[in-house]
Amino acid sequence: MKPASFNYYRPSTLEETLQLLLDCGDEGKLIAGGQSLIPILNMRLSSLEHVIDINGLRELDFIRLEEGILKIGGLCRQRSLEKSPTVKEVAPLLSEAVPFIGHVQTRNRGTVGGSLVHADPTAEIPLSLLALDATAIIQSAEETREVPVQDFFITYLTTDIAPTEMLTEIQIPVDTLPKGYAFVEFSRRHGDFALVAAACLLDTDEDGTITAGRLAIGGVDAVPMIAQEAMDVLLGEKLTDALLEEAGQIAAENTDPEGDLHASREYRLHLAKVFTKRAIRKAYERSLQKLGGGTQP
Amino acid sequence: MIQAAKHEKVLVRVRINGKLYAEEVEPRRLLSDFLREDCGLTGTHVGCEHGVCGACTVRVNGAAVRSCLMFAVQAADAEITTVEGLSLHGSRHPLQDALSECHGLQCGFCTPGILMSAAEFLEEHQDPTTEQIEEMLSGHLCRCTGYKGIVEAIAKVAKEQKDR
Ligand SMILES: Cc1cc2nc3c(=O)[nH]c(=O)nc-3n(C[C@@H](O)[C@H](O)[C@H](O)COP(=O)(O)OP(=O)(O)OC[C@H]3O[C@@H](n4cnc5c(N)ncnc54)[C@H](O)[C@@H]3O)c2cc1C
Ligand code: FES
Ligand code: FES
Repeated sequence: MKPASFNYYRPSTLEETLQLLLDCGDEGKLIAGGQSLIPILNMRLSSLEHVIDINGLRELDFIRLEEGILKIGGLCRQRSLEKSPTVKEVAPLLSEAVPFIGHVQTRNRGTVGGSLVHADPTAEIPLSLLALDATAIIQSAEETREVPVQDFFITYLTTDIAPTEMLTEIQIPVDTLPKGYAFVEFSRRHGDFALVAAACLLDTDEDGTITAGRLAIGGVDAVPMIAQEAMDVLLGEKLTDALLEEAGQIAAENTDPEGDLHASREYRLHLAKVFTKRAIRKAYERSLQKLGGGTQP
Repeated sequence: MIQAAKHEKVLVRVRINGKLYAEEVEPRRLLSDFLREDCGLTGTHVGCEHGVCGACTVRVNGAAVRSCLMFAVQAADAEITTVEGLSLHGSRHPLQDALSECHGLQCGFCTPGILMSAAEFLEEHQDPTTEQIEEMLSGHLCRCTGYKGIVEAIAKVAKEQKDR
């Protein structure tokens, strides 16, 4: 299992990188953490003409909070995200999601940008960023685009990014984020890709009525999805067991999972319901706790 | 910018276990193969070559990573520690003794990788819970021991560290 030969470039500035992408056209491929790309090359599922290594672009490895916007560099390591006190404070959903990704040893190298662009349908970062209503900053030598993560996923492992473009930054508006949050998932073994994952953000008023929220589910379609109908059922209501059951049911009914080697369609539908319910309940409880002035669990 | 055409060899200089190595390799050379075949450091084992088993784990600038999921060129100018570096001055690392005492290894194939991850883990966790140890070990497959002895060994060293 050895990768086929490729031409290798390790640029040291963003400008150089974008120019290389332009010059290589369809045959260029970026390598970030390599934790998805190198297994593919090792197994020769793919071979590449030009490999452009962005690990020299230190300027893209950052986490910054600026005017209510959490900015995460494309090359930020998953491990840095996991350990960041800023992220835990302003977007704890991400801090809860990241430890589910692979293992410490893969998170030490794997990047946030690589995970978003790779767009595995059950991956934790794409799902969380969808729930958080994040925006991806996409650059090429010619232009810079802002793409809402909600519009970024096209299908299985395919996103709205051209071969000449790269993702340089992710922006999350955190001032308006609901205070209750939860990321839950089911996988066969710790560190495996999830079969189904759910992310929920909720706000409640003083008497526990749900005032705002977002719910996203992964592993139930070719791309992670927003479960708006299930959320609509919850808005303006207090959470009861019956309402939770209804929301879970609607969320599951709106998914269209495929059965595969890891789980049948029926099993995924079942998981979609159970894990949606868990995510909602946990986010609701946390939201109430925040209101009560309690410390977060 | 560093650049190399297909099959063209590049000079990779790295410091491994404190010693400087300079070898010419193709860009596609995996760090795991570089360590074993170009540098002769066969303590780093290779199992799955796709990031799952953990046998090839080494420390690059302190961080435990899969050497099968990095190219040697990417390690240029880095500081690497392999299992050979754990007992440099003739005395074993406390983790090595503890694994032996707690029956934390049988065939030993998984051991070098586990040692490298555990060494990083113990630097970051002063008083780890069993759950934290197990979570870290989830990145390593051991087909012999059933993990119990390995968890015990790491907990033992953690306790010794704390009591010191
Ligand atoms: C054992 C193991 C378990 C894993 N488990 C999980 C898991 O549970 N959940 C999960 O989500 N992932 C998991 N992964 C994959 C995760 O570790 C990867 O880090 C992630 O999917 C890709 O990020 P990367 O930085 O490694 O990207 P790379 O592998 O370097 O690249 C992946 C793709 O993204 C492109 N790319 C990278 N960066 C950019 C950029 N800035 N702009 C444009 N394109 C870019 C590359 O060209 C490539 O196509 C696992 C991996 C391993 C080896
Ligand atoms: S050989 Fe690298 S993880 Fe298995
Ligand atoms: S001791 Fe044999 S695989 Fe772990």
